[in-house]
Amino acid sequence: MSKIVELKSVFAGYNNDVILNDVSFEIYDDDFIGIIGPNGGGKTTLLNVILGLIKPIKGSIEFFGDTENKNNKIGYLPQINQIDKKFPISVCDVVLSGLIYSSGIFYKHSKEDRIKVRETLEKLGICDLQNKPIGELSGGQMQKVLLARAIVSSPRLLILDEPNTFVDNKFEGELYEILVHLNKEMAIIIVSHDIGTISTYIKTIACVNRGLHYHKSNKISEQQLASYNCPIKLITHGEVPHTVLKTHNHILS
Amino acid sequence: MLEILQYSFITNSLLAAFFASITCGIVGTYIVTRRMVFLSGGITHASFGGIGMGYFFGLNPIFSAAVFAILSALGVEFLSKRTEIREDSVIGILWSFGMAIGIIFIFITPGYVPNLMTYLFGSILTVSGLDVWLMLALSVILILFFTFFYRLILFVAYDQNYARTHKIAVDLLNYILISLVALTIVLNIKVVGIILVISLLTIPQSIANLFSKNFRNIILLSIVISLVGVLTGLIFSYKINIPSGAAIIFSLVIFFGLAKATQMILSRSILKTKIQKILE
Repeated sequence: MSKIVELKSVFAGYNNDVILNDVSFEIYDDDFIGIIGPNGGGKTTLLNVILGLIKPIKGSIEFFGDTENKNNKIGYLPQINQIDKKFPISVCDVVLSGLIYSSGIFYKHSKEDRIKVRETLEKLGICDLQNKPIGELSGGQMQKVLLARAIVSSPRLLILDEPNTFVDNKFEGELYEILVHLNKEMAIIIVSHDIGTISTYIKTIACVNRGLHYHKSNKISEQQLASYNCPIKLITHGEVPHTVLKTHNHILS
Repeated sequence: MLEILQYSFITNSLLAAFFASITCGIVGTYIVTRRMVFLSGGITHASFGGIGMGYFFGLNPIFSAAVFAILSALGVEFLSKRTEIREDSVIGILWSFGMAIGIIFIFITPGYVPNLMTYLFGSILTVSGLDVWLMLALSVILILFFTFFYRLILFVAYDQNYARTHKIAVDLLNYILISLVALTIVLNIKVVGIILVISLLTIPQSIANLFSKNFRNIILLSIVISLVGVLTGLIFSYKINIPSGAAIIFSLVIFFGLAKATQMILSRSILKTKIQKILE
């Protein structure tokens, strides 16, 4: 178990608004962390700080080990609504873009890069999609393609921002199984609005609401959430959730 | 019709049509896929300020318009990123401000203002040798830039934030590309005019996009479609004596209508054969 990233009392925000307030946080290479918290609480801001998309106003962020391969340390799966589905690009090219850092000044891709792409697509079972334009994909397929792009560079840390929006339950289960498997090779941080579903897969929970409370277990109660100043609703807990519908009379028949 | 080729203005305008198709085919694909059509419209109209200043100070209006267009393009890119103002509002302000400056300078320019209509409505038959050389230079630059940096441009255009997480110099690339957009617009003003130039950057690409979902193929198809459209327009304008700029746009829109209808019929018949197969 070795440390990958360390945030030391980080303050960050946008236009006069402090969103992350004194956040200290360490990520180790076998972590599987679920980030939860209310909207506007700073989940995405925290991800952006780790990804280097925004700089902390105060405090520091440090990366450890393997400093040679600086750029492929982190794989990132953005929220799907940030992606333009009409953009004319094929699945294969999207996944290749995950290797953009390694391709030299003119960004020509080597044969090894294409083999890596092929292997990643195979791993996720979407080889048949490789020549399709992204506009023809379903929500679940699109998420898998974005996941392929995120992991094609074999990063040490995988960051997923709400990968379970706009997908069906079957895909969601499949996705978590893949993540559990990937967790053997890399640390994973997942932001989710649905803590009930992810709690069986993740190892620890980070509650982000301006500050950050690190809960080193995947079981959490409403009382604990309240004491962490993290007012979100627990939908279910423990087993994979299921919905029981009340028996109802068919009036029309 | 062949004997008209011996006049230099005819060769100039044919060359201009060729280079306009190349430059607009490349840059237009970038604009359309990045959804920057409104921004490009803003840059186009803002460049009128440069044309007005060119007349007033006795410079070649194309040069002053180029400087003006590049500065306003960089300005929008910078302002919308660093400040809280909405990007489309910035574009709206710039659009009208540039036009206002142009009108003021043309108004205070003493005496008659020659060729003003050429810049507003375009006139491919008055394209000069210098204009053709400038368009050639821009075509070469664009072809080289988009060939060597194709993947980088594609990946950054597709998902900027993702490219940033890989420490790609996204801002620098955006500034370079927006400057090339501005130059392309200004050098094509002579062909179809300020009011119509946006159509050369969007109609061929929209037609191409009906039949291809590949960035590179859209570029190549758009170039061919523009060339056919511009030449058809030119023949129209020569035969029935109407302004060339408007004739070019008119033929392109007709092509778009035909292409859209063809595509709808095609995809319907494909669907029908698929359903037939399922039923069998």
